[in-house]
Amino acid sequence: MTMPLNQTVLARTSARLGPRVSIALGGLILLILIAMPLLHMLPADNSLHLSAYTLTLVGKILCYAVVALALDLVWGYAGLLSLGHGLFFALGGYAMGMYLMRETAGDGLPAFMSFLAWNELPWYWYGTSNFLWAMCLVVLAPGLLALVFGFFAFRSRIKGVYFSIMTQALTFAGMLLFFRNETGFGGNNGFTDFKRILGFDITAPATRAALFLATVALLVGSLLLGWKLARSKFGRVLTALRDAENRLMFCGYDPRGYKLFIWVLSAVLCGLAGALYVPQVGIINPSEMSPTNSIEAAVWVALGGRGTLIGPILGAGMVNGMKSWFTVAFPEYWLFALGALFILVTLYLPKGVVGLLKRGEKS
Amino acid sequence: MRAVPIPEAMLEPAFDPAGAARDAIGAGLRAEKGLNVRHGTILTLEGINVSFDGFKALTDLNLYIGVGELRCIIGPNGAGKTTMMDVITGKTRPDSGMAYFGETLDLTHMSEVQIAQSGIGRKFQKPTVFEALSVFENLELAQKTNKSVWASLRAKMTGEQRDRIDEVLTTIRLETARQRPAGLLSHGQKQFLEIGMLLMQDPQLLLLDEPVAGMTDAETEFTAQLFKSLARKHSLMVVEHDMGFVGSIADHVTVLHQGSVLAEGSLNEVQADERVIEVYLGR
Repeated sequence: MTMPLNQTVLARTSARLGPRVSIALGGLILLILIAMPLLHMLPADNSLHLSAYTLTLVGKILCYAVVALALDLVWGYAGLLSLGHGLFFALGGYAMGMYLMRETAGDGLPAFMSFLAWNELPWYWYGTSNFLWAMCLVVLAPGLLALVFGFFAFRSRIKGVYFSIMTQALTFAGMLLFFRNETGFGGNNGFTDFKRILGFDITAPATRAALFLATVALLVGSLLLGWKLARSKFGRVLTALRDAENRLMFCGYDPRGYKLFIWVLSAVLCGLAGALYVPQVGIINPSEMSPTNSIEAAVWVALGGRGTLIGPILGAGMVNGMKSWFTVAFPEYWLFALGALFILVTLYLPKGVVGLLKRGEKS
Repeated sequence: MRAVPIPEAMLEPAFDPAGAARDAIGAGLRAEKGLNVRHGTILTLEGINVSFDGFKALTDLNLYIGVGELRCIIGPNGAGKTTMMDVITGKTRPDSGMAYFGETLDLTHMSEVQIAQSGIGRKFQKPTVFEALSVFENLELAQKTNKSVWASLRAKMTGEQRDRIDEVLTTIRLETARQRPAGLLSHGQKQFLEIGMLLMQDPQLLLLDEPVAGMTDAETEFTAQLFKSLARKHSLMVVEHDMGFVGSIADHVTVLHQGSVLAEGSLNEVQADERVIEVYLGR
């Protein structure tokens, strides 16, 4: 090799040290995340008690982190920038919301339907009082939509900015549809005022703790899945697809199947994140489908580092942490700060925070 | 002949102008059948016409490539060389004409992926490799194997495949660069990597668009040797401007001019042809 000896040795030590440090750090963060819900279950007068506000906030950010990871799988690895992932997130959330509304309403109709003077459930609400069926819907609604959209988009070879614009239009159309009262999803108020989940009080510390732990499990599971995919030949084909689709086709790979697989998987992960978001935050309405939400998710990924697994999670955590601080301290300036952040990242950190860390490690 | 996979769908040609909806997404299943080359012709182009917005890129083009032949295609700029390759690889659909691979595969009704899977490999004019992946991984993706989504999800490399990659790495003289990202290779090395990827794919017909552009003299000479060793086992079609290179490899040269074949024969014959001198050598 042409590398000088001392540099080679250095590179080797950091290569050996690097993963150990990140594994230790990751383990520590995981321990903290598991401890948080337990601290929340302590009596309120205990000095170690964690408030419901903090737990919910972190739980929410964890859901966003799953969305960021899912978006990175299609954008960072396969090169498909989706500006409509908020739609899949919201669909998963609505599917969960339907169940929660039914559970809260008991044998009667959900409150907003009585308000509209409807006396029977629309057909698509059928079976939603069953938790298992609702969970199927959480996967099926975003998954099928992504399958149909992706099938036609990839078959027509729509890519680049055209693909991004179409996904943006899709989520906007979804938002307009869900804003209508006639659609049967509570119009612009959406679903809120949930009381029970699986018979448990939804605001009880133990329920909150369980939902939080489920979110942690989802994030860890998604991370492991992403890691497996990125290391497989499938992951390498995706990278190849991003960099030279024509070459890949002339190697005999059909890019459509690869794109469709990762696209649907990503949508389903978003749906699952949405389903865990709704019971923790306690509300779902069409503004979750607004185009700005999906664009914000792209900012998380870009800030953290595209094409890495840990990057988007860091990005989602950092931007949302900043957001919750900003919206308390200087509420009117948050959007400016977000815009400035995006410009700075694009100009100076093309590889995101992870790229910066890696550069620091090398020098 | 060696067995070559043929897409099952191709056995029953049906109306499908774009050839796009033919194969189910991602299925990538292929029937194992031999390529039928009874009459010793691996590629048949007859009466091919292609026009773009009234501009005739190919007019009534007829071209036959024999099994194991090494054919060079020359011609001035705009003669239709790249368009012809696009027609063969399914990137461009001809307005009329026949394009057959072997005796039975109708290229005008196959998608690019099907054509690649049936055994036609192509090297682009500008070297195109997967820049973010290492040299080794580039060759791994190109290897001849099941290329469906499910197969890639479960793929594990066998020792045999590893040996094959090592062999090709040696052939293209990139053993020492095996772990280097392909984006960091020099222009000539990228050319060789792309040729190596074609070797991994093991196609029966190789289409090479200006393979020695940007290579040093030593690299060009080495490429000439490599191509000569490939001929007979594979059929090669080389588009090249470098006359020295053409003279060193070709046993048969075709001159294209304004979208059709102007002359065919050995390089000396072609160079002595009055019409060729007029249009191409510009005397």
